[in-house]
Amino acid sequence: MAKKEISIWLFIGFALLVNGVLILGAGIYQYVNPPADKVVLFQLHAGIWWGGLLAAIGAIYCWYYSPGKEAARNQ
Amino acid sequence: MTLAAFFLETSRLVRLSSVDILIIIFYFALVLAIGFYLRGHAHTGEDFFMAGREMTAWVAGLSFLSANLGALELMGWAGSAYQYGILATHWYWVGAIPAMLFLALVMMPFYYISKTHSVPGYLKLRFGESSRALSAVSFAFMTVLMSGVNMFAMAKVMQIVLGWPLSFSIWISSLTVAIYVALGGLRSAIFNEVLQFFLIWAGALLIPILGLYEAGGWSNLKVLITQRASAEYVHLWSGLGHFSNNPMGINWVGIVFGLGAVISMGYWTTDFLVVQRILAAKDMRSAQLAPIIGAGFKMFVPIIVILPGLLGLGILPMKLSGEADALLHGGHSYNDVLPLMLARYCGPGLLGLGVTALIAGFMSGMAGNVSAFTTVWTYDIYRALINKDASDAHYVKMGRWTTVIGVLISVGTAYLVMRAASIMDYVQALFSFFIAPLFGTVLLGMLWKRATGPGGFWGLLCGTMTSIGMWAWVHADPSALRYVALSSEAKTMAQDMFQALWSFVVCVIVTVTVSLLTKPKPDAELEGLVYGLTPIPAEGPVSVLHKPVFWAAVVATIFVILNIIFW
Repeated sequence: MAKKEISIWLFIGFALLVNGVLILGAGIYQYVNPPADKVVLFQLHAGIWWGGLLAAIGAIYCWYYSPGKEAARNQ
Repeated sequence: MTLAAFFLETSRLVRLSSVDILIIIFYFALVLAIGFYLRGHAHTGEDFFMAGREMTAWVAGLSFLSANLGALELMGWAGSAYQYGILATHWYWVGAIPAMLFLALVMMPFYYISKTHSVPGYLKLRFGESSRALSAVSFAFMTVLMSGVNMFAMAKVMQIVLGWPLSFSIWISSLTVAIYVALGGLRSAIFNEVLQFFLIWAGALLIPILGLYEAGGWSNLKVLITQRASAEYVHLWSGLGHFSNNPMGINWVGIVFGLGAVISMGYWTTDFLVVQRILAAKDMRSAQLAPIIGAGFKMFVPIIVILPGLLGLGILPMKLSGEADALLHGGHSYNDVLPLMLARYCGPGLLGLGVTALIAGFMSGMAGNVSAFTTVWTYDIYRALINKDASDAHYVKMGRWTTVIGVLISVGTAYLVMRAASIMDYVQALFSFFIAPLFGTVLLGMLWKRATGPGGFWGLLCGTMTSIGMWAWVHADPSALRYVALSSEAKTMAQDMFQALWSFVVCVIVTVTVSLLTKPKPDAELEGLVYGLTPIPAEGPVSVLHKPVFWAAVVATIFVILNIIFW
């Protein structure tokens, strides 16, 4: 195959980053404005740490598998 | 009604917020973007149908697992865990791991070295055109029907969980899959399956983490389950001495030989839906490592499937029941346990990711069906029986159109099932008829050079007919199960196991008998296809950490330890 393709891991990193940021944002909003109808274990604020974790993993993947880094590794 | 209002106002089991909808829309946009991006990488038949045979072991392995990790699988087995307890884990451990390792170490070299495009393609090389035709036609037919049945079942789930109309779920998901597979072929299906694998874990892993926290750990959960059900719900093997000692009504013979030795071997080693992902690997070592990587992850899938079901059994305040009871009395069914747990713990954003995990699971399974159907139709039916001498570009074009047509047939099947739900049971039963005997045929073909073309064909046909005959017998007279499963206390779950076991035995006996009565193929024609006549390329000077057999041993050891821990 002549055409160089973007790594699948970059797509995955992007997906995790975007989802993580959205979940983190929603979690922070709920922390600041607690809803009347809370989920079980609301006090753990899972949205904040789970969203933060996904965003962090996604950011690392995006950085590591960015086309520039990939090209440098393949040289 | 605006799109947002449609999502927000028709919710049933769970109610989505704006951020949840944004996450779902982002998912659809991303999978379509991947399809459009990969369109430029699918020019030749090898690109479109085999992903250029350049996938790494990790990509092929995760895709191999993801194609099987459908939403119905997630929700169905979570429901089974609620209903039958930890016994449902057998379908992930003994019912998968040995077969995946067997595929990697024993069968993959023959598939890979023969350079076949498909499992029916291997049968053509080994047994001749009649075996390929029988296998290809049955596989292609059943794959699109199964895809349609799954599509309907998923749409039903979306209706119950989210309140989405059936047609909306069917058309949105199927058109998305049709677009990205038709554009990028198997490469696009594989890329999306790997993405979906990560999203499934990201969306589903929080439930067991929070559930165990609420239950007070695994030890406390076992106490809660014992109080609400019985101690047998938390033991894998100790209740399998007899049919009446466990909630599933099955014994260890059915689990070990029916599930472990036949059904799972048949599914994981001969169902082209999963094998196709491995055939796309870039070299032999990657093709062997891929199922081992898949097996490594498969062992931990019960964390996001079985554990939520067990947590539901131990924690949920309401009691769940079978579909019929739930409909009659207005409660929730076993199959609702995963969405119920999702709604219990997941607030805005997390809920969207959880629902995305279910949609991703459904779409990865459907893409697997469609890409496998496309390859088998184009190479094993169209090229073999209808148009032998067309150009490569013609077959790629045929593949793209077949993808769209396959999806449309699936949609048609989904609507057919909507009108007559009983079709669903028949289609699911039909699919199981072919798996066990096909394993017998392929296994003998690979390991016994004396097996002949007529032997393979008649073994496959008689094994399939045995399976159909037994199913029809029990369907007409349910008490006949005592003869099929060799016990009057056997329950429905035992039927599939023993039916598969008998059809495999018949297939092997007929194949061996007919082969011994017919003229063997010359050795020269069997090179690259059969054990003993296929030179396996040396691995070269690689470290032990790069050897498939080392990682297979690691996975097998963890598998044994897990079974002992949860005995």
